[in-house]
Amino acid sequence: MGISNIIFIVLFIGAFVLFGLRIKTIVRNIKLGRDQDRSDNFAERLKLMSLVAIGQSKMVVRPVAGIMHIFIYIGFVIMNIELLEIVIDGVAGTHRIFAFLGGFYNFVIGTFEFLGMGVLIACIVFLVRRNILKLKRFWSAEMTSWPRSDANLILTIEILLMTAFFTMNATDQVLQSRGVEHYIQAGSYPFSQYYAALFTGLSNETLIMLERAVWWFHICGILFFLNYVPYSKHFHILLAFPNVFYSNLNPKGKFSNMESVTNEVKLMFDPSATPPPADAAPVKFGAKDVTDLSWVQLMNAYSCTECGRCTSNCPANITGKKLSPRKIMMDTRDRLEEYGKNLDKNTPDTKSLLHDYITPEELWACTSCNACVEACPVNIDPLSIIVDLRRNLVMEESNAPAALAGMFTNVENNGAPWQFAQADRLNWANEA
Amino acid sequence: MEMKVPTMAECIANGEVPEILFWVGCAGSFDDRAKKITKAIVKILNKAEVKFAVLGTEESCTGDPAKRAGNEFLFQMQAFTNIQVLNGYEVKKIVTGCPHCFNTLKNEYPDLGGNYEVIHHTQLIQQLIDSGKLKVEGGTFKGKKITFHDPCYLGRANNEYEAPRSVIEKLDSELTEMKRSRANGLCCGAGGAQMFKEAEHGDKEVNVERAEEALALNPNVIATGCPFCMTMMTDGVKHFNKEAEVKVYDVAELIASAQDL
Repeated sequence: MGISNIIFIVLFIGAFVLFGLRIKTIVRNIKLGRDQDRSDNFAERLKLMSLVAIGQSKMVVRPVAGIMHIFIYIGFVIMNIELLEIVIDGVAGTHRIFAFLGGFYNFVIGTFEFLGMGVLIACIVFLVRRNILKLKRFWSAEMTSWPRSDANLILTIEILLMTAFFTMNATDQVLQSRGVEHYIQAGSYPFSQYYAALFTGLSNETLIMLERAVWWFHICGILFFLNYVPYSKHFHILLAFPNVFYSNLNPKGKFSNMESVTNEVKLMFDPSATPPPADAAPVKFGAKDVTDLSWVQLMNAYSCTECGRCTSNCPANITGKKLSPRKIMMDTRDRLEEYGKNLDKNTPDTKSLLHDYITPEELWACTSCNACVEACPVNIDPLSIIVDLRRNLVMEESNAPAALAGMFTNVENNGAPWQFAQADRLNWANEA
Repeated sequence: MEMKVPTMAECIANGEVPEILFWVGCAGSFDDRAKKITKAIVKILNKAEVKFAVLGTEESCTGDPAKRAGNEFLFQMQAFTNIQVLNGYEVKKIVTGCPHCFNTLKNEYPDLGGNYEVIHHTQLIQQLIDSGKLKVEGGTFKGKKITFHDPCYLGRANNEYEAPRSVIEKLDSELTEMKRSRANGLCCGAGGAQMFKEAEHGDKEVNVERAEEALALNPNVIATGCPFCMTMMTDGVKHFNKEAEVKVYDVAELIASAQDL
């Protein structure tokens, strides 16, 4: 075993250990959320996941972005099969170990080139949409410099990886055609055969160096990407699947029923009901911070890739209000990250999601129309977070806009949101 | 035609069991414009000879605006009170004149002990037409261009997009769709308790944005199925001074008026 094989093994294992540690932190953070039972309807959930996450059914609602995204998605999933060969070659010091498969190998490598070209084109289109066409949803207020750079960085890395892939194949072909030792005749190269012409003037030594360099760049790039993803919005490539699996199966109009409130209301209606024990922990109504949200809502936050379809469909945002459902998700994730870091460092934490990150002005702009929930390609539910935060504003802080406080009083006293007497409720029947 | 509006209390006193309860809702009871929708629904129920009753003064807000605004206490107080009344009358089936009442009664009351079959009035009208109990011909709206604005709590919230449309199509009118329709429909701006407060600071009112979209189709009628959408769309049309040319009607009013009820 040569030194390069050892370097490869160390890099490979190291990258996966780092990745594993980061995943452990994210799982810990998500578990800081309240319990929520989503273990029901396994078959229905599986079907939903197949359709929405694996099948990308909600992506194609916007055809251009949807189809381009499918290019990248399929390319990413299928081309990773080649990673198996790269790993074996890297560990064993072989070259194109699966070449013995003959015609089938040629077919697979040829297919990879088509997929790679799809990824390359889609990434370029996406960069153009973001930076040259400047689509509105990629430039709204919450898309500050880091979220914009994050997106551009991911697309650039993918373009570099694809370029490395094609360069690897192109140089390999020239070496193959010259019968250089180690470079066996294998593969078919529908695209890089043209690209190869660029390298025919180089000497064998230079070519081998170049081929090795891009091979290493390619695998190191993948390992870097593996560790970049869980710190980035790009983490959706993993979380999209569980996120859709555990999404809400009820009609979207059904808001959660607060059992803590039910218990209190029952006590008011039925004095003989058993009150909770005096030493029971005081109940907190609604959500003030990330730990008051459920694990599903926290997983939602890590699943968000900031595409902004929610925000671009939000009636409040469209008409210039401060509310942006995407910002709700980004704030939840950023606050959870901060909360987790403080927990790890054991430093005191005085901030909260409500007020420090999300303001009442944003929350009160929501019409609860579910457009954001409908638009999300991975079934994230920003509305449930908005409502939980509103519940805290109203039931813990008594901090509702004056007009709404008036509406509450009317409902309480007159059984209607306006100041009409309940006794007049049937007057319409006698009016001509 | 004179309206017959029996109350649940009267029915029980006369030993009658109505097949369906008509949940009128606060807007339908008190808002002058929405009361016309309520009456149109009653006329349709009378015409189709549906045995129905209303709760009358025993009806109270479902608690929907309180719940959307975050006041779960008030919502559940209302829910428990209403459930006591509804269960006391052994109500099995409810039709509502408002998608918000519809959603709340259908989806949020079962957890609190209120289990009923709940339908929206556009669904009932569709059923009455399909079963032959209600005959509809084009009448006044024949050939007229109508666009339907999806109420969020009927559409996205409960996946009912077709019932109102199939009813409108029975009028032999030209049903034309806004770009944002069905699951992609744009809210009128009233939901989530916005109806009862001023909008937050922005650069446009939501109902103006929506009315603009509807008016771009040059329709004769903007149809909807919600008393709050009715208010918002009517105001939106007025914003563009188009109230003389473009009328906003509830689907129930279209049917009642086409039948000269």
